[in-house]
Amino acid sequence: MKCKEFLTELTDYLDDTISVSMRVELEEHLHWCHDCKVVLNTTKKTIEIYRHNTLYELPEKLRSRLQEAILTKCKSQQKKQST
Amino acid sequence: METIQKKAEDITDELVLVQAAKKGDLEAFSELVKRYDRNVFRIAQHITHNEEDAQDVVQEAFLKAYTNLAQFQGNSKFYTWLVRIAVNEALMKLRRRRSDKTVSIDEDVETEEGSMPREVADWSPNPEQLYGTSELGDILKKTIQGLPPGFRTVFVLRDVEGLSTEETAEMLGLSIPAVKSRLLRARLQLRERLAKYFKSKRSGDGQP
Repeated sequence: MKCKEFLTELTDYLDDTISVSMRVELEEHLHWCHDCKVVLNTTKKTIEIYRHNTLYELPEKLRSRLQEAILTKCKSQQKKQST
Repeated sequence: METIQKKAEDITDELVLVQAAKKGDLEAFSELVKRYDRNVFRIAQHITHNEEDAQDVVQEAFLKAYTNLAQFQGNSKFYTWLVRIAVNEALMKLRRRRSDKTVSIDEDVETEEGSMPREVADWSPNPEQLYGTSELGDILKKTIQGLPPGFRTVFVLRDVEGLSTEETAEMLGLSIPAVKSRLLRARLQLRERLAKYFKSKRSGDGQP
């Protein structure tokens, strides 16, 4: 297996959606290819970092304001539809 | 087993809320808003890069969902349907702010930055600890903002929000292979860009 083929399968490998035989082939490649091993580990880390560090939390104050605005608009929409 | 059961309960519960909201029960709709407003806001911020726009997207997406509730067939989850509306609203905002009006989720962008990794130095064992929380947040935001909209949207839905490939495809109106190909390239490009902040001092020429 070449590095390029390894990369093609990387996403399925990380998501665990590949066949057993493909997994064996990929792991064999990883055994001797240092670069692909680094790419695999750092890609895994990339995903973890983005998953663990929530960006753009909605502040509670703003949240209640938005909820209120949404419901007010829905209410007037309801009135419009019933008339 | 327990989680499958929990998930099934959530879906039934969601359907009950949607049915009630369809009949005009605003309390029920308000529950749906509370359940998903944070997610919609996050997704909208990732797409638009603009807090004001993201706030508008949250409002418009829920209002549109409410107005068109009768058209929601229940073939998919309410959340999937809602995010689809929100993504479209967010892309419209982005187009308005950009000089090129060609922002699209379904165009397959061939960026200069190919998919072949160039940076193969290993990272520090605990890269997140190299920076303070707010500095790390800035690095992560800046890095993901550099990706084409189609790539970062797929990455956010799949890897940040934890949705399945099938759900992401449905939300974005893309095929499954298209979602997979964008996800791979998004992951590799983010990795490549983060490397300059996180690579181990021993193997590289130090921090930027």
